Amino acid sequence: MFTLISKRLIQLLPTVFFVSVIIFSLQHLLPGDPAMIMAGEDNDPAVIAQIRAQYHLDQPIPVQYLFWIKGVLSGNLGESMRLKVAVSELVTTKLPVTLQLAVMAMIIALVIGVGLGILSAVYKGRALDSLVNVLGLIGISTPNFWLGIMLIFLFSVELGWLPASGYVSPFEDFWQSMRTTIMPAFVLGNAIAGVLMRHTRGAMLQALSSDYVRTARAKGLLERVVVIKHAMRNALTPVITLGALEFGTLLSGAVLTEQIFTIPGFGKLIVDAVFNRDYAVVQGVVLVTASTYILLNLLADIGYILVNPRLRD
Amino acid sequence: MTPNWKTLLLTGCLVASAGLFGMGAASAQTNFKIGLAEDPDVLDPSLARSYVGRIVFASLCDKLFDIDDKLNIVPQLALSSTVSADGKEMVIKLRPDVKFHDGEPMDAEAVRFSLDRHLNMPGSFRKPELGAVSEIVVVDPLTVKLVLKSPFSPLLAQLTDRAGMIVSPKAAKEAGDKFGQKPVCAGPFKFVERIQQDRIVLEKFADYWNKANIHFDKVTFTPIADSTVRLANLRSGQLDLIERTPATDIKEIKANPKLRLSSVVSLAYTGITMNIANKEAGKTGLGLDPRVRQALNFAIDRSAINEVVFNGEFMPGNQWINPENPYYQKSFPVTGRDVNKAKELLKAAGVKTPLAIDFMVPNNPEARSVAEVIQSMAAEAGFDFKIRVTEFATSLTQAEQGNYQAYLLNWSGRTDPDGNSYSFHACGQPLNYTGYCNKDVDALLAEARSKNGVAERKPVYEKITKIMQEEGGVLYLYHSKVLVAHSDKLDGYKQLADGLIRLTGAKLK
Amino acid sequence: MSMQASSPPASTPLTLESPGARAWRRLKARPSALVALGVIVLLIAMAVFAPLIAPYDPIKQNYLLVRKAPSWLHWMGTDEVGRDLLARVIWGARASLSAGVISVGIALLIGVPLGLIAGYRGGWTDALISRFTDAMLACPFLILAIALAAFLGPSLGNAMIAIGITATPIFVRLTRGQTLAIKTEDYIEAARAVGNPVHRIALRHILPNVLPSLLVQATLTVATAIIAEASLSFLGLGQQPPLPSWGSMLNAAQRFLTNAPWMAVWPGLAIFVSVICFNLLGDGLRDALDPRSK
Repeated sequence: MFTLISKRLIQLLPTVFFVSVIIFSLQHLLPGDPAMIMAGEDNDPAVIAQIRAQYHLDQPIPVQYLFWIKGVLSGNLGESMRLKVAVSELVTTKLPVTLQLAVMAMIIALVIGVGLGILSAVYKGRALDSLVNVLGLIGISTPNFWLGIMLIFLFSVELGWLPASGYVSPFEDFWQSMRTTIMPAFVLGNAIAGVLMRHTRGAMLQALSSDYVRTARAKGLLERVVVIKHAMRNALTPVITLGALEFGTLLSGAVLTEQIFTIPGFGKLIVDAVFNRDYAVVQGVVLVTASTYILLNLLADIGYILVNPRLRD
Repeated sequence: MTPNWKTLLLTGCLVASAGLFGMGAASAQTNFKIGLAEDPDVLDPSLARSYVGRIVFASLCDKLFDIDDKLNIVPQLALSSTVSADGKEMVIKLRPDVKFHDGEPMDAEAVRFSLDRHLNMPGSFRKPELGAVSEIVVVDPLTVKLVLKSPFSPLLAQLTDRAGMIVSPKAAKEAGDKFGQKPVCAGPFKFVERIQQDRIVLEKFADYWNKANIHFDKVTFTPIADSTVRLANLRSGQLDLIERTPATDIKEIKANPKLRLSSVVSLAYTGITMNIANKEAGKTGLGLDPRVRQALNFAIDRSAINEVVFNGEFMPGNQWINPENPYYQKSFPVTGRDVNKAKELLKAAGVKTPLAIDFMVPNNPEARSVAEVIQSMAAEAGFDFKIRVTEFATSLTQAEQGNYQAYLLNWSGRTDPDGNSYSFHACGQPLNYTGYCNKDVDALLAEARSKNGVAERKPVYEKITKIMQEEGGVLYLYHSKVLVAHSDKLDGYKQLADGLIRLTGAKLK
Repeated sequence: MSMQASSPPASTPLTLESPGARAWRRLKARPSALVALGVIVLLIAMAVFAPLIAPYDPIKQNYLLVRKAPSWLHWMGTDEVGRDLLARVIWGARASLSAGVISVGIALLIGVPLGLIAGYRGGWTDALISRFTDAMLACPFLILAIALAAFLGPSLGNAMIAIGITATPIFVRLTRGQTLAIKTEDYIEAARAVGNPVHRIALRHILPNVLPSLLVQATLTVATAIIAEASLSFLGLGQQPPLPSWGSMLNAAQRFLTNAPWMAVWPGLAIFVSVICFNLLGDGLRDALDPRSK
């Protein structure tokens, strides 16, 4: 058990290294010169040369990588060229927003996905099952950004019930915060709900046909008790593992959704930075989210091993 | 167990009155909420470069001079300016008793410090704008003298923008290059907080020199990129004012009794920059012969572009300034569409049609629509425009490298006509993407810089315009309008052509 | 957007009925998958025969018909420069479907050999390929695709390459896993003992066994790729004007949400229908190819 976990941890190092290389090289392969963007409309050559020198852009790319990685290893993610703010500060201010959105989306996904998944397993083969299946597929098949646009059109433009965009911190005004985040959270949660639903259904079906459930039924327990107490508990482990992974993708995957609802989180930060060639921000934020994703992956693996003792060897 | 109704009633009253008092307090504190189209960059007058940042600065940092609705230059932190006979010295008298947000006095020394900072701070974008200045001399506490390398009439106009913003020397020395995180200036509002991509909050500055005309306690700027969403927020009352409303939304705003629109033709222009002599791409396409470029001019129907893409709200134009500008050359009016003439010109130039043109277009939906309309119009005359939607960052590099044949480019515009022409048409200048180079034009552009006033300079510009109409590398298409929508409660708001939001004199009814 | 590997266990080759016939028999028993297959065939036909079906020229502008609501003449309405939306939706199928299929083809071409090598060779080769795959999976999908598409330059073809490369890791992982499971089987050992060269074993013996799960995954990834293409076009990095793609139509529509909502409805529905059909077909294939089910 211990060796397995330490082995996984060691495997993480090259992965994180590759992440840093991928992100760094992609950034620098992009056409377009960050110094020129920085210099703005006037495009003054002296200003451009000076920015290049200031951010080591005049050095060969491997040297630039070394500059960056040296900073990262000493805990310095660099500074945003565009905003003149430390990347670590940007990360800490954006994280709560993205986290709130991710948590809300996950709650929505779990309630819809797991709830419907269990229902469809219990009513396997009946009309409800098919209906739930279709709902799940709709969730997976709707492009996030289109659903976002449609929701804004319906609830903000036509009905005027919800604000079309913007973000309010829950510590400032809890109710308003919920109102601003419910639509994007639903858009994100809806897609994951579809995935969770299908997995819950599969796992529940397996659990319901297992020996211990049959034993429980034979003992004359109520069906409700069998489903909730025996089948569900076992079926949910893989679902929760999957949930952890989906949560990891949510941290960085809400790019277009954040764009459409103007939520000032990681996704919007990265996209703005990519288009402005704000290298340090893209590199720093993706490194943070990718590392988080990898860690969550590891935790999910460990959790999986813990609940499935058979996998320990 | 009956509920104690007296307690209930009392609690109810308390809650209700607390609510009322709360509301009373809220309405006494006016918070004016502005929706911006983008998130501004760093809020340091020396390091800032975005248009949207200037909107925030208009409330935060006063300048030596400002412009009025007729584009005249008027004093702001200065009282007056005089230029010596040889045009090489400018003496500026300052407004007395002006304080910075940190209580420090705004005096000649502060002006010297700020201009020096603009000129010498590493990474300053103001350096080229103040490039003509060789020395800044403090004459007395309220008088500064700028010594110039050579006569440069556009300088005064430069001082109406960021190059003329004066910062508190004490705060700037302490903060160094972090000054933009908490700027300290002498504007009507002082900086409170900024959360990146979320909001910028300013509050009324109690010691502002013109405080009698400031009627808001707080100003909040919120960046919302999507114009539909920005308008939805204005409609629901979450915002009081939004900038850069699309022309296609005007009808809707005018139909809404609770909204008002302030609009004025902007200083900006949009045109097709054509590669004439910038590397290989200029040799085939539009750089072949001036007649090819004239043919394109006749192939395009400027008012149709305006009607289709902008609901007829913008202003078609053919020069680097709009037809309402005092410098507009009426002897060169906008020509109409004439497909036959375009075909003749192409034939005269010996071009084999269809002539394929690599057309670089910035990545935004409006520009794309304009490009598609141009493509369709030009096709009838014998051009084959191949649209290449290119994100902004890439397009800048490719324009400079001459990696294009036509480039749909928008210039935000400057108060002085020099800012819309010199760097685009003089040989080897940074914005001369066309590669055009004509010594006569260079001499004329320099001459315009050395003269003062419309009467003296306009004839010089007329000569330049004539040459550019015949063989120049920019086909001007239209001038956008500054479209600012706001609630009908806003009173006394005046929109100027630079698109900035000036809150002096405005109040909520 | 996340990509989840879904792998039915490798099929065992010992049955009397041929695997293909059995799969078809099972697939026929699932009406939803059959309907989906039918709709996909229709969509493909629509894309191929677009010039014959479309009621108007998809790039013909009409300045008198700018942003008109659906009518008898223009069933889906017109767009911001007066083009017929129905014609554009029909032509847009070309961009979207080919982007879906070709990008998955690219992902298969790169991913399967890498997965085979990693699984078969093991050791350092495997470690290197696997860690790199993990790293790519950890990076945000859309950010990778945006960066790649911007690097290659804006065009539909480059968007396909970008999506293809970004979708590769999932096929590497799937192929590697299956290869690992199969390579210790007796008949592979036997083939090796007889002295078959490595590439022959990989192609003749391992690949056929990985194929069913690849087919399922490929179908599901086509669905994801269609959305990815729409997202890239939505950001202006896909199909170049004036030719339509569903994503770029949505991009244009976003500005007119309040005064021309129909512009956003149709391309969105088209994406939705094609994606849901590929998902249904993938589900059906998974059940049909799973040797455990009857």
